[in-house]
Amino acid sequence: MTLGKKIFSGTLITGFILGIIFWGGFNWTLELTNSLSFCTSCHEMRDNVYPEYQNTVHYSNRTGVRAECPDCHVPREWIHKIIRKVEASRELYHKVVGTIDTPEKFEQYRLTMALSEWKRMKSVDSRECRNCHDYESMDFVDQGRRAVKAHSTGLDEGKTCIDCHKGIAHQLPKGWEEAAAKAGL
Amino acid sequence: MINAEELSSLRGDHPLDEVSKVAEKKNWAKDGEPISRNYVQQPPLIPHKIKGYQINLKFNKCLSCHSWKKYRESGATKISQTHFKDRDGNDLAEVSARRYFCTQCHVPQANAKPLVENTFKPVDAVKN
Ligand code: HEC
Ligand code: HEC
Ligand code: HEC
Ligand code: HEC
Ligand code: HEC
Ligand code: HEC
Repeated sequence: MTLGKKIFSGTLITGFILGIIFWGGFNWTLELTNSLSFCTSCHEMRDNVYPEYQNTVHYSNRTGVRAECPDCHVPREWIHKIIRKVEASRELYHKVVGTIDTPEKFEQYRLTMALSEWKRMKSVDSRECRNCHDYESMDFVDQGRRAVKAHSTGLDEGKTCIDCHKGIAHQLPKGWEEAAAKAGL
Repeated sequence: MINAEELSSLRGDHPLDEVSKVAEKKNWAKDGEPISRNYVQQPPLIPHKIKGYQINLKFNKCLSCHSWKKYRESGATKISQTHFKDRDGNDLAEVSARRYFCTQCHVPQANAKPLVENTFKPVDAVKN
């Protein structure tokens, strides 16, 4: 082997190994930042939305299957996930400037955040809900009277989960109904 | 010295070193049809689940189906006129504060046996 070839294949192998490390590390970081404990490591998330979520069906229920923060807030498919993660670096900025660092500020900013989350969910036909709840696999015989009525008409009319199930995991802020109606959400 | 078997405490006469009987858990009733009322002025019982429904200063989930604006869409019974009256009988534009916390008067049902026997019978004329 000539020197040039040696260097070439050496670089290739190193590159390959580095690639694995980088790629693995990247995905590992992605996984690490995709957990309830990561989300609640910021007091903004831990003090406000977390305790409310703990009183809901997605935290504790009959079957013991839990939906955690990223299940609803972070897309599952890789490419959508990356986009959301990049967007989420905005949260770091707001963390630093203290946009919601007191309960009062959080309440004040809450409607803005809720509206933005509803908009995101509506624009993808409540994709994250449907990752777990498939309309096709719902047994209407087992559902309550009100649910059957709403689901058999509403979904046919082109409504999506988040149109009717706002406040499923957190408390709703004052005046949200008017604000949502105005924004067409 | 007292014998454990002879001692009856709040725990019952169950020996301390034995596992006690598990109390039966009550389940909330599933969504059903409206439950018939027994007398005039009875707050109707809630015939559906209400677990997790937010009722506080910021939002009242019940009203998102039972308000006059929403009842047609949701198929729920609309709250009656009485819910808009203050204690002096004045009509208000919104649900009266004393009727805001719905579950003070309206309650859902569970599969519990009545604790005491009740022989109440509604008058035929107002039965529904
Ligand atoms: C570094 C601290 C921090 C961490 C960790 C964190 N958040 Fe946040 N989050 C914030 C701040 C600050 C805001 C408010 C600024 C904003 O809207 O971006 C926020 C806003 C939000 C919003 C509203 C976004 C919007 O559209 O307005 C959601 C949803 C959210 N966080 C979910 C999560 C989830 C899910 C996780 C875990 C994957 C998480 N957060 C982890 C600090 C954090
Ligand atoms: C990680 C999976 C998962 C995701 C994501 C998820 N859910 Fe759920 N959901 C569940 C489980 C599990 C239950 C509880 C089932 C049971 O009763 O045992 C549940 C229950 C519910 C209920 C029934 C509430 C009740 O009181 O009985 C509703 C409504 C619901 N989910 C709506 C949603 C909506 C809307 C979204 C999207 C914003 C969503 N879910 C996202 C898993 C999920
Ligand atoms: C047109 C309004 C509407 C739409 C759209 C809708 N729901 Fe519902 N859903 C309801 C109502 C009303 C109930 C019963 C009341 C309640 O549970 O608070 C219900 C109940 C449920 C329940 C509990 C069922 C039971 O009886 O135990 C689940 C789970 C649920 N919805 C999931 C979803 C998912 C997932 C979607 C999107 C595919 C969706 N819903 C879309 C109105 C709607
Ligand atoms: C079952 C799905 C679901 C789960 C699980 C969930 N959220 Fe949410 N979250 C929502 C929805 C839907 C909204 C939009 C507002 C609403 O409807 O309450 C929201 C809104 C928010 C907001 C904006 C403020 C607000 O209240 O509107 C933040 C911040 C947030 N979530 C963080 C979290 C964190 C942190 C966790 C985990 C402890 C979590 N969420 C778990 C569905 C979920
Ligand atoms: C998702 C819509 C919805 C929500 C939210 C809701 N209800 Fe209902 N409610 C109904 C429907 C629909 C009926 C009628 C039952 C039927 O025909 O299936 C009903 C029936 C009732 C009745 C019986 C009325 C009668 O004529 O006998 C009472 C009382 C009641 N609800 C109280 C409440 C209270 C209190 C809350 C809040 C804790 C609440 N509801 C939340 C939809 C709702
Ligand atoms: C102080 C007790 C009290 C409170 C609080 C209260 N109600 Fe009632 N409600 C009653 C009584 C009594 C009746 C039956 C007589 C009447 O219509 O006034 C009734 C009747 C109703 C009916 C049936 C109306 C009809 O046309 O037959 C509905 C639906 C109802 N209430 C819903 C609600 C809702 C939703 C709330 C919360 C916003 C609420 N109530 C708060 C006492 C109460």
